[in-house]
Amino acid sequence: MIAIPLSHILILASTLFVIGFVGVITRKNTLFILMSLEVMLNAVGVAFIGAGSAWQQADGQVMFILILTLAAAEVALGLALLIQMQRRFKSLDIDLLSKLKG
Amino acid sequence: MISALVELNPLQLTFYSAALLAIVASLKVVTSKNTVHALLYLVVSLLAVAVCFYLMGAPFAAGLEVIVYAGAILVLFVFAIMMFGLGQDETLHAPSVDGSKVNQFSLWFGPFLLALLLLIELVYAISSGEIQARLTANTIDAKQVGILLYGPYVLAVEIASFLLLAGLIGGYHYAKPEGVGLDRKNNLGEHG
Amino acid sequence: MTDNMLPLMTETVLAFLPFYPLISFVLLILLGKRLSWRLAASLSIAAMVLSALSSLFVISQLSVDIPVITSHLWTWFTLSLAEGANQTNQSAASININFYLDGLSAVMISVVTGVGLLIHIFAAAYMKADENFSRFMAYMNLFIVAMLILVLADNLVLLYLGWEGVGLCSFLLIGFWYQEKANVLAARKAFIVTRIGDTALAIGLFILFKELGQLTIVDITQNAQLLWVAGDDKAYWITLLLLGGAVGKSAQLPLQTWLPDAMAGPTPVSALIHAATMVTAGVYLIARMNGLFLLAPEVMNYVAWLGAATLLLAGIAALAQSDIKRVLAYSTMSQIGYMMLSLGAGAFSAGVFHLMTHAFFKALLFLTAGAIIVALHHQQSLFKMGGLLKRLPFETALFAVGLVCLMALPGSSGFFSKEAIIAQLWSSDTAGPLLWYCAIFGALLTSIYSCRLFFLAFMGESRFEQNLQPSSSKLLKFSLIALAVLSLIGGVFANIIEMSLAEVFPLDTRIVESDPYWLHSVAIATPFVGIIFSWFYFASYRSKESAASNKNTFIASSSGIATFCRQGLAFDSFYHWLLVKPYCYLAQLNRRDVFDQLLMLNAWYVGLCHDVLKSSQTGKLRWYAAAIGLATFLLLLVLSVDVISTEAS
Repeated sequence: MIAIPLSHILILASTLFVIGFVGVITRKNTLFILMSLEVMLNAVGVAFIGAGSAWQQADGQVMFILILTLAAAEVALGLALLIQMQRRFKSLDIDLLSKLKG
Repeated sequence: MISALVELNPLQLTFYSAALLAIVASLKVVTSKNTVHALLYLVVSLLAVAVCFYLMGAPFAAGLEVIVYAGAILVLFVFAIMMFGLGQDETLHAPSVDGSKVNQFSLWFGPFLLALLLLIELVYAISSGEIQARLTANTIDAKQVGILLYGPYVLAVEIASFLLLAGLIGGYHYAKPEGVGLDRKNNLGEHG
Repeated sequence: MTDNMLPLMTETVLAFLPFYPLISFVLLILLGKRLSWRLAASLSIAAMVLSALSSLFVISQLSVDIPVITSHLWTWFTLSLAEGANQTNQSAASININFYLDGLSAVMISVVTGVGLLIHIFAAAYMKADENFSRFMAYMNLFIVAMLILVLADNLVLLYLGWEGVGLCSFLLIGFWYQEKANVLAARKAFIVTRIGDTALAIGLFILFKELGQLTIVDITQNAQLLWVAGDDKAYWITLLLLGGAVGKSAQLPLQTWLPDAMAGPTPVSALIHAATMVTAGVYLIARMNGLFLLAPEVMNYVAWLGAATLLLAGIAALAQSDIKRVLAYSTMSQIGYMMLSLGAGAFSAGVFHLMTHAFFKALLFLTAGAIIVALHHQQSLFKMGGLLKRLPFETALFAVGLVCLMALPGSSGFFSKEAIIAQLWSSDTAGPLLWYCAIFGALLTSIYSCRLFFLAFMGESRFEQNLQPSSSKLLKFSLIALAVLSLIGGVFANIIEMSLAEVFPLDTRIVESDPYWLHSVAIATPFVGIIFSWFYFASYRSKESAASNKNTFIASSSGIATFCRQGLAFDSFYHWLLVKPYCYLAQLNRRDVFDQLLMLNAWYVGLCHDVLKSSQTGKLRWYAAAIGLATFLLLLVLSVDVISTEAS
């Protein structure tokens, strides 16, 4: 039997997710936004693993691996974009990227 | 509250403290002014989550978390910050009034403290017989994951591989110095 | 050919009768200017000849034993009434393309094809130089098709098709020289004014179908006489609406204003459409629906009064015209007024007979006028003519023949028909002595304006300095002479027509003995009185000396009354003041269309939403992320509230 209740795991996941989300919307530095995104992805991973272990299924871990892949690709692209941004704007302020203003 | 804590078995105790560590470290990631601080806290947070995974009966996921997240991805961050000077911006704008001393201290102390706590916890978890006994009861090992991954989820694996390829190509394309292998250098320059 | 074959063959000939001009029309329109004059002319005329021969053949098959020939072509569509609305057992009526030939339509097709053929021949010569000659002949052919459908239709829907068809052709032909603005305006006016009548006719048809469930003319007449007694309200309204249609098409009061302007078209068009055939469609409609009109004596009375008013009005207006074609246009209106008067008085066969003789002599007058106008280099003003008696003797003689018929001098065809009308007015139930006096006064006016026209154009000093260019075309002369002969001897058809129409119209049972003894002598004497009066009154027009001295006074004769009359008793300006101006004023008021503004409210609302949403597009990524978070929060809130509430219950 599982020792830790699923609800606690999900509370942990939600907490991490919200912390990451707060980071995304409060930080102006794009690098921090990227790191906050990592935290959020990680929180989702926690939720999957927790669910997997609650039902004793390996599917949760499979999903976690897929999330991991996603995170890796995302970081690769995100950092590359950050480098571009640093080159063009000499800054990482996300608010500078507002050409889509209506 | 305290009585509730006492009633917890060692596994639960370890899990909750690791979870607490993860939350605190994540908070520090989000709130710290210094990029490198944040990265270090992120490492701690990921490691704490890895401990949680381990205690949830997913040692394979815990291993991947350490290797891929705390290892590969974070190294990517570190290299990007160091090689392209991405960290400068925030430190320049940070309201760091009182010189480098406090900065230097805070650069390593917080993450160190948290990592130490994590280490203690981990050692305890591994050495404690009771925890081990509880864990073996509901562990999902790598074999099960692998069977599932290359069985019903093989299509998802293929898609993930495409995603990684796209990430690779995209990362290469955006990160290479301007003008290398490009005929449209001038155009890009104008837009910049 | 055996005797059994004959009816079948007659039906076939009848069925094909209107289609020869249609084929010619299609060919002419498709080939257009690629056809030479000779080819286009012979094509259209050949089609007319075929139609005329066919109609001669089918008319010759009519007899006392076979009063009606019908020819079923195909079923056009089927109409069904809504449940409960019908009063008869029949709930569906099939509308057929059926041709129905009786005495009345026989008269009409003989006029349409006969006069039409002669006018086609004339037009071929007259319009020879026009670059759009084949288009002109195509329209003329199409007109003949529409007119034949109109008169041969066995149901009112098919009749309406022909009715609209002739309206369309009239529009096309008045505006044939569309590069001149006046022509286009005249065409538009004719179309719009007749449309008022057409709408009335259409509404009449709707009501008729709703009430009787039939649109076949024979059935309508039978059913109406079974269902309604004389003076029935429904019959009253239906016939009133039909009269509206007839008034529009036949240029009677109050929709007469389009006809004088329609003279803008080429002269053969004026002859064919606006004198001989199309304008008589209204007369034909009333004559055709006589069974219905007899059920509404009040409307018959209106018809008579409308005709009388129109004939007087047009006669007075004709007195002051300076354009030769406009004089003839007004005289057409007045002659159709006679026909209407006759129909209103119940003298149907006299009216139809006058229709035929009028077609002959009015076509003659118009065509001769056309020949004169061409000879005078397109000079249409009477005051610029004069003395043409010597310079154009041939045309003068023909014109005089036409005028004699118009004035109804004894011996001419007009005499027989017009006297027949006038003779029946006095004792008619729906007319009476007052209308008889109107008709007599109209006859007087007719002779006066005819004399004025003749004196101005043909007598006195020549006021046209240039050399004349009389046309020497044999075609032209042939058609003119043929028409003149028809005009003169038209009276001999009187008995034939009366016989053939006896089957169509109810027998006249009135006692003629109540007429005063002097009626006929007065009617016969009236034109002579007019001639004598004008001989002295218009002496200056015919005398050479005064014409030479007063050359300018003719042109400038524009006293108030003369102008008033010349403008057709100012109906145009009256309508302009009554209808056009208020309409324009309303249009001006509503320039920023109210409904448009309602629609624009939509656009404004969309714009507002756009502005609101645009302001949300800050371009700031963090705001977007926050918005997503907020939305997720709200969604979860709604869901949890839902879950909680279901749990609570």
